[in-house]
Amino acid sequence: MLTVPVEIQIMLAGILFLLGLIGLLVRRNMIFMLMSIEVMFNSAGMVFVIAGKQWRQPDGQVMFIFILAVTAVEVAIALALILQVYHHFKTLDADSVNKLRDSN
Amino acid sequence: MNTFFYIAASIAIISTIMAISGRNAIHSLLFLILSLLSVSVIFYLLDAPFIAALEVIIYAGAIMVLFIFVTMMLNIGMEGRTEKKWLRPGMWIIPSLLAAVLLADFILAITHVPVSPSVDQVILPKQVGISLFSTYLLAVEIAAILLMAGVIGAYHLGSQKKKITHRFLIKN
Amino acid sequence: MATYISLIPAIPLLGFLVLALFGQKLTRKTIGIIGAGSVGIVALLTLIAGTEFLKSLPQVKSYSVVVWQWINAGNLKADISFSLDALSLVFCFVITFVGFLIHVYSIEFMAKDEGFSRFFAYMNLFVGSMLILVLADNILLLYLGWEGVGLCSYLLIGFWYKEPANGYAARKAFIITRIGDTAMIIGIFILFLSFGTVNINDLMQQASGKWAAGSPIAVLTAALLLGGALGKSAQLPLQTWLPDAMAGPSPVSALIHAATMVTAGVYLIARTHVLYSLAPIVQTAIAIIGALTLLIAGFSALAQHDLKRILAYSTISQIGYMFLALGVGAWSAAVFHFMIHAFFKALLFLAAGVVILVLNEEHDIFKMGGLRKKMPVVYMTFLIGASSLSALPLITAGFYSKDAILWYSISSETGSTLLWLAGITGAFLTALYSFRMIFITFFGEAKTQPAFLPGKTMTIPLIILAVFSVFAGFVELPKSMGNIHLFSSLVDNTLPAVVVNETGHSEIVFQLLSAIIVLAGIYLAYTVYLKKPALSESFSHSRLNRFFEKGWGFDKFYDVIFVKPVVWLAEIDKDDLFDWLNIGISRLALLMNRLLGITQNGKLRWYLMSFTVGIALILTYLICR
Repeated sequence: MLTVPVEIQIMLAGILFLLGLIGLLVRRNMIFMLMSIEVMFNSAGMVFVIAGKQWRQPDGQVMFIFILAVTAVEVAIALALILQVYHHFKTLDADSVNKLRDSN
Repeated sequence: MNTFFYIAASIAIISTIMAISGRNAIHSLLFLILSLLSVSVIFYLLDAPFIAALEVIIYAGAIMVLFIFVTMMLNIGMEGRTEKKWLRPGMWIIPSLLAAVLLADFILAITHVPVSPSVDQVILPKQVGISLFSTYLLAVEIAAILLMAGVIGAYHLGSQKKKITHRFLIKN
Repeated sequence: MATYISLIPAIPLLGFLVLALFGQKLTRKTIGIIGAGSVGIVALLTLIAGTEFLKSLPQVKSYSVVVWQWINAGNLKADISFSLDALSLVFCFVITFVGFLIHVYSIEFMAKDEGFSRFFAYMNLFVGSMLILVLADNILLLYLGWEGVGLCSYLLIGFWYKEPANGYAARKAFIITRIGDTAMIIGIFILFLSFGTVNINDLMQQASGKWAAGSPIAVLTAALLLGGALGKSAQLPLQTWLPDAMAGPSPVSALIHAATMVTAGVYLIARTHVLYSLAPIVQTAIAIIGALTLLIAGFSALAQHDLKRILAYSTISQIGYMFLALGVGAWSAAVFHFMIHAFFKALLFLAAGVVILVLNEEHDIFKMGGLRKKMPVVYMTFLIGASSLSALPLITAGFYSKDAILWYSISSETGSTLLWLAGITGAFLTALYSFRMIFITFFGEAKTQPAFLPGKTMTIPLIILAVFSVFAGFVELPKSMGNIHLFSSLVDNTLPAVVVNETGHSEIVFQLLSAIIVLAGIYLAYTVYLKKPALSESFSHSRLNRFFEKGWGFDKFYDVIFVKPVVWLAEIDKDDLFDWLNIGISRLALLMNRLLGITQNGKLRWYLMSFTVGIALILTYLICR
């Protein structure tokens, strides 16, 4: 029987989310940024599962399944885009793909 | 049971930290898989065995593998030099600060809401399936369309057409 | 009678129209006939109307005629209506008569000028405006004439417009009189707001009824109208334009700046005399201003080289006498002096014009000399004019008119010894500078030879004016010398008689005193300028002399106080300060654009950072509320 308080569980999810956020802000390589996004998605889903357990409903898990589906699609498309960027810019630096900006 | 939770939690956190701060892409990805596996353990402990299984199969099994393949295809991170150049220690300060602020907010928010203690009740895949295909049927259909869109998009975006410039248009 | 009155201003204006429209196509002779003839006809009409008026005295004191409706808007009702009473009759007589002589003179004077028709058109317009001014029944029409003469003064001073200095002088005249005009129109506004009418007689009646003597509003209105008079009549502090106005042709100086326009201020004050009796402070101020002006201008005239400038300062000084008379309540004396002054001053200017013309535009008196023998007629008339100006005892008209003023300045109810002293000093100075002018210009050896002699068309007006300068004074003789009061009895029909203190002084003493002083002045001029010129030579190089010559530094003073700050402000505003507001707004918008553009640098991580910061702030705010 798990008697870990719910606050701790959600806090864990929050910490993972924030770690993913830090990783997103710090890294310049696009693959790593995508990785951090995955971490964030995962932690969000974890919150749903925790909540589902709290309310004793399957809805939480259903939500997690949907999140999973969305994540999968998003990763696929994102990686395809990263491939395109790499072939065009010859680099994976997120700072160098800054053509969409104010020209002043 | 609690100890398992705490152990899995700490492994998840440590491996995530290693993943985001690594210089080698493949190593980071592997750490990330480790993190996902520990999260799966946590899910199991949270009376959601189906989700735990799905986490391993789809997340760690499919998405991460996709990541690894693309990384290997792009042939990056092997040297680690660029990453070293890009990843100065001073860059961690501000995001960490912001995350700390957000963490503080988070803790404040959570501790101010009284929550009744949870009851142990395993939610079986059967329940999830019934809920999925009765209440959330439309969402399932939409998810399916989304996946199809993803497939088509990924194929289209991933293809490269060689651009042929006419020899007269080639600038010397 | 009514037709005469309405024709009097109309005919010169008609002359102006004809000359303005068709002047280029007419021959010189026709232009001269139309120009001078229109004024001549008006002079005749004035004589006829005048005799009828004199016959109808003392029952009918004024005639008025409404020609047509001008403004009828709400409360404001102003018509083109003229009224003839004793005061306007005198003024009309002077304007038309002297004007006619000057026009005749101009036919020969301007004969070689290419702007011949333009000159006569402007002169006719001037005479028409001046007649409107003096005949006006309501104060708005008076102001119309006032502005009209100001315009013509500007046009005629800058007549030879190809020379930029003339244009500058014309602008200076216009701007300085404009300052006075603004004060005047504010006074007119106050009068209209207080009484709801613009008819002069109604205004005066209502003012004496409703305003208490010495009340602030009466003082204010009187002071404002005085401001207008000061500007037009070139008194302190607005006197700086008249010496520069000598840039115009001599007939212009004679007509406008000696006989008529500069006396418009005298006319205005006389016309609105009720206001000044309601504001004794302002009336005293008029006397003081008159006294100061006549002294300052007298000293300045003493130091001038330019023949016409001497006469210009002399005009300022003599109008100071008229203001002095108005200030002590000697209304008829002021008008009398105006008439006599018009005669001899016009004479002096016309004669000066002849001298300048025959000496080939030489203005400096120290380059003239010995003209006594070469141009005897001009010399005689000039001498008569200067004697009348100096008030040579008994034989000149100027003596009687100036003497009346001097007597009233001490014997009037509001007179004082100080004012008399100022007047007598002024008389001494007048004699001094007039005869200085004569001795240096006409005596001694000839430094410039006259190129030709003037013809009859120029000399006959001089002779006529000289006759009047001598004999016109005999219509008003003081008690001790014949007691003829033809003039004052005429004018006293419109203006109040002067209130005289029954003092112990006798008039004879003062007359003797003034006679002695005048003769002393002439003798001093003779000694210092003719017999022993070395005495005046050393003085003429002194600092004091130069101070006098520059008109007591008024021009420089105004330059420093008014002109330089305005020019400095204009320099600062060179880039149009108020446009900066508009430019500033657009520049601010562009600056904001650039600032905000920095936040759109296309870097993904920058955007992410901004998200995170935003989330942190908002969440912190929400949670800590």
